[in-house]
Amino acid sequence: MSCPEDDAGVPLRETADRLLADLLTPQARARIAAGEWPDDLWSALAEAGLPAAILPEAAGGFGVPVADALSLLTVAGRHALPLPLADTMLAGLALARAGLPVPDGPLAVAEGADATLDAAGRATGRAWGVAWGRHARAVVVPAEGPDGPRLVALPRDALAIEPGTGIAGDPRDAVRFEAVAAPSAPAPFGAPALRAAGAATRALMMAGALGAVSAMTTAYAQERRQFGRALGQFQAVQQNLAVLAGQAASAAAAADLAAEAVDAWGPGLMPALAAAKVRTGEAAGQGAAIAHQVHGAIGFTQEHRLHLFTRRLWAWRDEFGREAEWALLLGRHLIAAGPDGLWPAITAA
Amino acid sequence: MPQFTFPSPPPSPEAEVFRAEIRDFLATELKDRAPIDRAQSWNGLDPAFSRKLGQRGWLGLTWPTAYGGHARSNLERYVLLEELLGAGAPVGAHWIAERQSGPSLLRYGTEAQKRAILPRIAAGECFFCIGMSEPDSGSDLASVRTRAVREDGGWRVNGTKLWTTNATHCHFMILFCRTAPADREHRHAGTSQFVVDLTLPGITIRPVRNLVGEHHFNEVVFEDALLPEDALLGQEGEGWSQVTGELAYERSGPERFLSSFRLLVELVRALQPAADERAAIALGRLAAQLVTLRRMSRSVAGLLQAGADPALEAAMVKDLGALVEQAIPEIARDLIAEGPPTPQGRAFAEVLAYTTLHAPSFSLRGGTREILRGIIARGLGLR
Repeated sequence: MSCPEDDAGVPLRETADRLLADLLTPQARARIAAGEWPDDLWSALAEAGLPAAILPEAAGGFGVPVADALSLLTVAGRHALPLPLADTMLAGLALARAGLPVPDGPLAVAEGADATLDAAGRATGRAWGVAWGRHARAVVVPAEGPDGPRLVALPRDALAIEPGTGIAGDPRDAVRFEAVAAPSAPAPFGAPALRAAGAATRALMMAGALGAVSAMTTAYAQERRQFGRALGQFQAVQQNLAVLAGQAASAAAAADLAAEAVDAWGPGLMPALAAAKVRTGEAAGQGAAIAHQVHGAIGFTQEHRLHLFTRRLWAWRDEFGREAEWALLLGRHLIAAGPDGLWPAITAA
Repeated sequence: MPQFTFPSPPPSPEAEVFRAEIRDFLATELKDRAPIDRAQSWNGLDPAFSRKLGQRGWLGLTWPTAYGGHARSNLERYVLLEELLGAGAPVGAHWIAERQSGPSLLRYGTEAQKRAILPRIAAGECFFCIGMSEPDSGSDLASVRTRAVREDGGWRVNGTKLWTTNATHCHFMILFCRTAPADREHRHAGTSQFVVDLTLPGITIRPVRNLVGEHHFNEVVFEDALLPEDALLGQEGEGWSQVTGELAYERSGPERFLSSFRLLVELVRALQPAADERAAIALGRLAAQLVTLRRMSRSVAGLLQAGADPALEAAMVKDLGALVEQAIPEIARDLIAEGPPTPQGRAFAEVLAYTTLHAPSFSLRGGTREILRGIIARGLGLR
């Protein structure tokens, strides 16, 4: 995403934008909300190459830089996509980096897991907050093996699933597994880094959703009239919409930072991702609050589409670590840098 | 629907090489500068330090060499500015001249004006102040009443400018005033800018002390001051568009979110050796804002480098930046308990007091929070 002209993400994002606008009809959303797995929609995303865009060519990708592929998730956020594109991309990236095969179909990454591998390579444990776990072909978890940390791809058929629902109404399942034979490999990065990459996916989706929320709230303020003029003509409302736009722009900048950090995957990864998740999470809370305030009662109904975005903002800011968790990590990093190291640490993030 | 976009800052390897050079220079130069002096940030005034920067070729970095500049990129200049501010260097003497007066002269000045003044700014020997606000014209700049009337051989100026920072240390003011009577239908018409030599007769500068008792502000009174013909900057009647053209430079720089940075440094010092979880979380939240703002501000530097006019993005950086600058003292005071005096405790307390006392100005100077949000709202199509 370095400069707009040679950004490989632009055609990818445009394709995704058109596709999602076509696919995500109110009827399709209703089917998904009722618990149906929309195989036709997922196939359309897969045929357009969206879940595979992040993979290296050897693993079925097409050579797009990781940051550009991740930028697809801003489009997913802009459409409040009720499908596990982020988790499938994240699982694919992790499996490919571990040298494991990437299964076709939707994949999941456990937000939290407590898993061990025995000497025969069988996994036992549990995982929770698994987005779309019941529909995933495999659930990727970090596990402690006899010789150190490994990454495991648990096949869905071997898992006991306790269905759950997140704050956005999307599936967030708990899974249990006992002595499950599963492909695994030494983890190319630790569990915290996997969690950080998960946080990056949420930061990107929040940025996209906030951009949409800012735009729809501004548009609504121009249409809705009270006291003989458009809401957007009242200074108090204008000032709030300006704040909302500022939160959306901040989230977008922070999300770009996250995408680049995952791409580089260097020592700067954790501070940059921590900053990005904290900032997008804060922006999500403040932005959603203003959007609801400006929309008034109609925005509090199921009929209005605002909740498609705000409920997901509230879900995504919690997933893969709330602001406090990442702020603690970033704060400790800076305190360890010390007073003289603070400025260099800020410029390195 | 208009959206604010902050493209990724373009990579600049030469700027990172430059950064190391700047850090070396500042480590030596500011070795003995106390925390409380560093806390003054870009209010710190030291003409000798400004001259030193000029001698190193670090003022007017992006200007053409024909005018004493160094033809380097906006991204290199950005790194220089943020390193100076991060270290708490006393940059106040030249700040306005280098940041906006010089660029205005470059854009609107005559060849003679440019040749006469720009090399002196680049040398760190010529300082400017801003002549915009008046006693009855604060945020409503178009209501200025100071008037320049054309007469034989020049312009006769009458009126009063207020809140003129550092006027007593400056050689020139860029004066914004009326050159035609106010027109209710076209409020922005009939204004012009002048480059005013502050030593001319008819100009009186009086100090206005701030709430701490410090003298930075001034009142500058023009009583039949006679400006020469060539004092006009740019086009007569184009003052408003020229002034708004400065705003991307004025509002997007790292000084718009680093004014309280020294307090964060002293906070980290005071939290040593073992900070509790609450303090680490609070520090992390502030740092996340700074890291994001820095990226947005660098993005604007990239847009300026590409020749764009990111005035709206700049307004957004300044609005968000003032929020974090003002949050820093409120949060820092909550994390460190008052205790028996120790040397490092004293430095923290001094810097906290300084920052708390100056924080109200952060969302007033350079465009109030309400004005900035109004500009953003206009950018959204609401006005």
